[in-house]
Amino acid sequence: MTAGQAIATKDLTLSYGDTIIINELNLEIPKGEITVFIGGNGCGKSTLLRSIARLLKPKSGGVLLEGEAIARLSTKDVARKMAILPQSPAAPEGLTVLQLVKQGRYPYQTWLKQWSTEDELKVRNALKATGMEGLKDRTVDSLSGGQRQRAWIAMTLAQDTDTILLDEPTTYLDMTHQIEILDLLFELNEKEQRTIVMVLHDLNLACRYAHNIVAIKDQKVFAQGKPEHVINCGLVKNVFGMDCEVTIDPLFGTPLCIPYGKGRCILKGQGL
Amino acid sequence: MKKYYNMRLFGEKVSFLIDRRALMVFLILTASVAGVFIISTGTGEMKISPLKVLQVFFGGGSDMERLVIQSFRLPRIIVALMVGIALAVAGGILQGMIRNPLASPDIIGITGGASVAVVGFLALFSDENNALTVSINWMPLAAFAGAAIVAFLVYFLAYKDGVSPIRLVLIGIGIASLMKALTTLMMVFGPIYQASQANIWITGTVYGSNWGNVAILVPWTLILLIVAFILARNVNIQELGDDIATGVGSTVQKYRFLLLMVSTALIGGAVAFAGGIGFVGLMAPHMARRLVGSAFGALLPASALIGGILVMAADLIGRTLFSPLEIPAGVFTASIGAPYFIYLLFRTRNT
Repeated sequence: MTAGQAIATKDLTLSYGDTIIINELNLEIPKGEITVFIGGNGCGKSTLLRSIARLLKPKSGGVLLEGEAIARLSTKDVARKMAILPQSPAAPEGLTVLQLVKQGRYPYQTWLKQWSTEDELKVRNALKATGMEGLKDRTVDSLSGGQRQRAWIAMTLAQDTDTILLDEPTTYLDMTHQIEILDLLFELNEKEQRTIVMVLHDLNLACRYAHNIVAIKDQKVFAQGKPEHVINCGLVKNVFGMDCEVTIDPLFGTPLCIPYGKGRCILKGQGL
Repeated sequence: MKKYYNMRLFGEKVSFLIDRRALMVFLILTASVAGVFIISTGTGEMKISPLKVLQVFFGGGSDMERLVIQSFRLPRIIVALMVGIALAVAGGILQGMIRNPLASPDIIGITGGASVAVVGFLALFSDENNALTVSINWMPLAAFAGAAIVAFLVYFLAYKDGVSPIRLVLIGIGIASLMKALTTLMMVFGPIYQASQANIWITGTVYGSNWGNVAILVPWTLILLIVAFILARNVNIQELGDDIATGVGSTVQKYRFLLLMVSTALIGGAVAFAGGIGFVGLMAPHMARRLVGSAFGALLPASALIGGILVMAADLIGRTLFSPLEIPAGVFTASIGAPYFIYLLFRTRNT
């Protein structure tokens, strides 16, 4: 299924002021797969994703997109290959879903050419894939959280890129909508072989949906690989500093992490 | 009926998605602009019927009617229209760029810079008898320079690896207060006659506009208006935030600078000839948003027309309501604007 790498970082160092966040990182992200970044709060996973998306300038080193240095490509060329959905984006009051999704066509448009047949087709497909066709004339601010997130994903789909980056696409969504969004992304990967790279907080969902997990700790990659190969008690303890039991998800067979801690234990004779 | 119409011309070299509702609103607003323009031209000490006004436009009418319309009324009405258009479009751009519906030319200090320049101009070039030592025709230039200098100042003070909207608006508010203080200071220290003259200017009036003003303001505003429309899609994308804008391949900082320059030039032109007419830049884009939604391709033209109507109407009321007393147009835009501003805050309070 994989055919080389979609994204690679080369000696990438990221910092906020003098604080180093990521240090000389060499990371390869496979093409056509779902890659999920995990790690504790403040470990730099979002920062790494933002830097790959050129939203943050590296202190040193660089990012390669399909083998080419991102810094040397024009920003519009990058936008035709890679889309980014940042964390909790906000749409202006009164903007309709169609108007929002249409913005995804920006890298293909000029001021005289703002609605080609191709634009129309891609926008329609994006609305269809996200199930937003019926809501296209609603304003974004009138939608529920899950619908809103689907509208934003539709916008990144309209951008028609092989690679899509998403920073915590399920934040603030209830469980139903988390699954709905992740299923949508999973299908996009299955059907269209799009490379998806995202940051997720929920380790169990990460294990279920990711082909490839990247665990980040102490300014570098702690482990990378298939969830079933890399996720174990030791890793969780190291990366999140949390004691847990890793078992197998009874529905999917993927790793399932059950944390220790306080709480009501109602198992007889097995109090912790 | 379909909500949209696909316009594609010249083998798709030109293509737009036209919102039918926005198109209708646009046509109605254009008709309203024409209506207010004609009514305003016909109203005053000497009443002239709309039909006669049209006749005069096409070279007919009596000598007296032609004199009144062409020499006295037309220039100031045209200036009022242009000023309204300029302030509304600049306000719309600023609101989109700063991503804040409360942004306007007054709030980020650009108008304030022009006020300081005008008060300074009056103080600097007056002799002991309060007579100006240079021609009053230089005053627009001073106002324009003041607006431009403040805009650059705000931009460079806000600069830190590019300019973020929040820094721009905070620095702008700071500079605006500073400008207000400077204006007051100069007015307090200057002679009383100057203060009242400056005050009329600060309130904003199109009184005394002449064809010379029209000849400068019309091309200036219309050219910038076209540039603003070309840049409209960049306002759209900036309104989604810097991350999204960068993500879809927009060179955010370049366009932010360009957009700020276009709005400054529009505001500069308007304040140069009509002073600090307030609230139009704030209100017009809001009213337009209610009518045509948030996409700037439709929002900017609609704002422009609403702005034109507002200032023409304010001037019409100002010069007829208490005739022969002239009330500056800015008084009326402020008297509608301030309650509207409060209504706006009140309405968004619960959302």
